[in-house]
Amino acid sequence: VQKQRLVVIGNGMAGVRTVEEIFARGGKDQFDVVIFGDEPYGNYNRILLSNVMNGSQEPDEIFLNTIPWYRENDIKLHVGVRVTHIDRISKLVHGQRGVVEPYDKLIIATGSRAFVPPIKGILNDMGELRSGAYGFRTLDDCRDIVAHARRVKSAAVIGGGLLGLEAARGIMQHGATVNVIHLSGSLMNQQLDVPAGAMLRKSMEQMGIMVHTGKSTTEVLGDDHRITGLAFKDGGTLDCDMVVVATGIKPNAELGMMCGLTVERAIVVDNHMRSADYDVYAVGECAQHRGMVYGLVAPLWDQAKVLADHITHKDRTSSYNGSKLATKLKVMGVELASMGITEPTEPEDEVVQFSEPTKGRYKKLIIRKGRLVGAIMMGDLDKVGFLMQAFDRNTALPDERLSLLFDLGGPSKKVTYDEMPADAQVCNCNGVSKAMIGASVAAGQRTLKSVMMATRAGAGCGACKGLVSELVGWYCGGAMEEDPSAHYYVPSIPLTRSELNKVVREKNLRSVSSVFDALCDGKVDPGSKPALASLLSIVWRGEYVDERDARFINDRVHGNIQKDGTFSVIPEMPGGICSPDELRRIADAADKYAVPLMKLTGGQRIDLVGIAREDLPAIWRDIGMPAGYAWGKSYRTCKSCIGSDYCRFGLGDSMSLAQELEGRFRGLDSPGKLKLATAGCPRNCSEALVKDLGVVAVEGGRWEIYVGGAAGAHIRKGDLLTVCDTADDVMKVSGRFIEYYRQNAKYKERTYTWVERLGIERVRAVVVDDADGICAELDRQLAAAVEATYDPWLERDENKTENQFKLKLKVVS
Amino acid sequence: MAQLHKLGPAAQIPEGEGRTFTVGSRQVAVFRTRAGVVYATQAECPHRKGPLADGLLGIDTLVCPLHEWTFDLTTGSAKTGTCGVAVYPIRQEADGTLVLTLD
Repeated sequence: VQKQRLVVIGNGMAGVRTVEEIFARGGKDQFDVVIFGDEPYGNYNRILLSNVMNGSQEPDEIFLNTIPWYRENDIKLHVGVRVTHIDRISKLVHGQRGVVEPYDKLIIATGSRAFVPPIKGILNDMGELRSGAYGFRTLDDCRDIVAHARRVKSAAVIGGGLLGLEAARGIMQHGATVNVIHLSGSLMNQQLDVPAGAMLRKSMEQMGIMVHTGKSTTEVLGDDHRITGLAFKDGGTLDCDMVVVATGIKPNAELGMMCGLTVERAIVVDNHMRSADYDVYAVGECAQHRGMVYGLVAPLWDQAKVLADHITHKDRTSSYNGSKLATKLKVMGVELASMGITEPTEPEDEVVQFSEPTKGRYKKLIIRKGRLVGAIMMGDLDKVGFLMQAFDRNTALPDERLSLLFDLGGPSKKVTYDEMPADAQVCNCNGVSKAMIGASVAAGQRTLKSVMMATRAGAGCGACKGLVSELVGWYCGGAMEEDPSAHYYVPSIPLTRSELNKVVREKNLRSVSSVFDALCDGKVDPGSKPALASLLSIVWRGEYVDERDARFINDRVHGNIQKDGTFSVIPEMPGGICSPDELRRIADAADKYAVPLMKLTGGQRIDLVGIAREDLPAIWRDIGMPAGYAWGKSYRTCKSCIGSDYCRFGLGDSMSLAQELEGRFRGLDSPGKLKLATAGCPRNCSEALVKDLGVVAVEGGRWEIYVGGAAGAHIRKGDLLTVCDTADDVMKVSGRFIEYYRQNAKYKERTYTWVERLGIERVRAVVVDDADGICAELDRQLAAAVEATYDPWLERDENKTENQFKLKLKVVS
Repeated sequence: MAQLHKLGPAAQIPEGEGRTFTVGSRQVAVFRTRAGVVYATQAECPHRKGPLADGLLGIDTLVCPLHEWTFDLTTGSAKTGTCGVAVYPIRQEADGTLVLTLD
C-alpha cells in the first residue's frame, strides 16, 4: 500500500505529541511524516521554560525530542523554516526559502504567541516588540530576557497571571528588581479568587517583588535605544529598563485564515479535531473547540489522542468533548492548584473553605449537587491528587467535607515534588530514587504499572505506591494514563476479583493450570500463580486441585524463605501462651540443629531462624507443635494481653478468646495476612486497635471488634465494627468478616486498604446487619473452609511432591 | 570443551518446579515445566543470590523468589531487573534421563 503524506506545521508539544500518538497507533506504516518548525531546535517542553529562566534547568534538559529522534523515526524535519501559506486546492504547503511539501493529510499545530495589548511605544516600526521588550513564549525569548535582565537594574512585567509571575521569578533570580503590573485587582484572577490572590500577592511581596494591581499601562517610555519606564492610565509612571509582556496568548491562526478555513479566535475544529477541510486538522493552542481555546498542556494530550485515533482510523468513534481545566503549579515557591470555577455561580452551590493567611494556606471547594465544580488550593496540596481526579471524572464526593480539605490522622508533612531532591529514595524496599522514576517516564512509561515494572519502585512492601503514582503523574505533566489492569485480580486476566470468582465457578476451573488454559490460551504468567492459587483455594476449599508449583516457595515448604535461602520455623502459640514442656522441646531442637538465631516475634511467638530446608521435617517432628503459618498469605496469629485471670485491670478473658479465635481460623488462606489480637481492657496492651481484627473487652462483659487496623508499613487505627455481648458473638462476627474479606479482596490487599476501600459502613451492613442477606451463606462457607484446613507440617511424614524438602539433588563430578 | 553430564530422571523434579544440581564445582538450577520442557540456568540470582530453583515457573519465564527479578529461560535475558543469567543446554533422553551440557 502506498503511504500517505502527512505534513505537520508546528514542531512544538502539540505537533510532536500528536505524531507520537499516531505512531503509537501504527501510523508509521500509514504515513510519511514531514514536520515544519520555525524555531531552529527539536521539540522542547515549553512548560519548563520558567525553569530555564530561573536557572534551575539548562536549556538542553528540557528537550523532549532531539534532532536524532526525527532521523530514527524517518521524519523529515524542516527546522527554522516558517510556513508562508497553504494551498488547499493543490494540497501543498509552502515554506520560506522555497520549501514546498505536498500533503494528503495536514495537521496545523502552530500554537500561539504572546498577546500584545495596545500600548503606545511597545512596538517598533516593523510592528514587532521594540528592543528591550519581550514576550515569554520561546527558548529564544527566555535567553534574551535572561541576557537583558543581567544588565539592568529594574524590570517590569505586564500581566500578573501565571506566565507573568513565572517571568517575574526568573528575572528576579538574575538580580534586577521586578515590578508586576496587573490590570485586574487581583493576581492570577483566572485561577484564583480575591482572597487567594491577596495571599499570593503577600507572598510575592515578601520575596521582594513589587505588585501593582488595577493598573492599566498606556505607554512605554524611552528613546530609540532604551526603555526608561512605563506610564499608566491613572497618570502615574514607573521607572524600568526592560519590559516583559505576559498578558495572555494569541493563537497563531493566520495560516488557517489565509487558506480559507473557519477561524474565530483560533481555527475552529470539530470533535475529531478536523477543520472545515476534511483533510486538515488543527491541534493545541491554535485550535478552537466548542468556543474554547486551551492554553494548558493536559487538553492538548487529549486532543492529540483523538486526532490520532481518527487519522489512523484506529477508532472512528473517538471524540474530543472538551477538557475540564485543572492546573497544579508552583509560583515563586508557592504551591497552587486550581480547578474549574473560582466563585459559586448557582444559588445551591456549596462552598467549603479554610483560610490561614499567616501560613499562606488557603483551601476552597465549590460543590454542586455533591460534585466538585471548582477548587483553589494554596500552600498545602496534600489532597489535590484526589480532588483533581474527583473533578475530572465528576465523581460523587464523600459526605465528610472536612476530609476533602485535610488528611485526618496519620502522618502528614509531605515535601512537595519540586522540592524533593532528585536522589531522594522513594521506594525504600528496592532503592528507587525520584530521578529514576523521572528517567523511566522520560523513556516513555506513562502508567504507574509500567513504571513499577521498569524500576521496581513500589513493588516491595507497597507503602510508597501512592507516592510513586503521584510522581509518575508529576513527571508526565498531566499525561499519566490509567492502567486498566489496576482493577484486575491478576494482570494477565482482564477480570476483577468478583468476576473471576464467578468465572471459575461457572467453568468449573479447579486448578491454576486449568485457569491459564481456559482464560489465557495456555499462556502462563508465573507471577500470577500464587494469587490464582489463593483464589481457587478460597472458592473450592477442599475440592481445590492443589498444584504445588503454583504456590510461592514459602507455601511449598511451609516456612518463610530468608535472604540466604534458609527458612524460619515458627510454631503455633495462640495468645503467646506456651507450656514449659513445649519451651523445652523448642530449646532442645534449637540445640540439636544448631539453630543460628532464636527470637521472639512481634506476634508473641518463637522464631527459629536459619534452618536448612532439608532439616525442616525433622525439626517440626522434634518440636511436635502445629505450624504457625508465619509464612503465608493467611491467618497468622492472635496475640493477647494477660486478660482477666491475673491482671488487676482486666475486664474480659482475652487469653481464652485468643485461643478460641486461633483454634477456629488457623490455616485459612486469605488475600493478605491476617494478624489478630485480643485485649482484656481498653488499655490495649496487645495493641488490638492496630490489627486486621482486634477484640477489646469493655465494662459490662462486652467486646468491641475493630477491623482494618495496621502498624507496619502503613499505620491505621482499626474501625469499630460492632460491640458484641458475648464471646460467641465475637466468634460469629469475626468469622463473617474474615470470610467476606477472603472472598472479595484483591490479592495482597490487606484489610486496612480493603476496609477503607469499601467503607466501614458497608462492611458493617454486610457482616453485622446482614443487609445483603448473605450472613448464613458466609457462616456455611467459613465452616467448610475451616473443615478443609490441616496442619501442613504433617507433610513431614507424607511429602506432597517428589523431593519436596530438598533443593539440592544429585551431585555429579 | 563441552562435556555431557547425566543428572538422573526428570521426574525427580516436580512438575512446574526447579531443583539445584552440583556439577563439578558448579551449581546449576534445572527446571521442568508443566509442558514437559526442561531448562538449566546458573543457580543463583545475579541480584542478591536468591535460589532460582525455588522461583515461580511459567512456560519459559522464571521469577526469583526473593525480589521477583524475572528471566527468560530460553535466552537467560532479564525481563525485569538489570542483568540476565547464564543458561545451559539440557535435554531429556527417551527414558527421561536429563543430560546437561557444560563447557
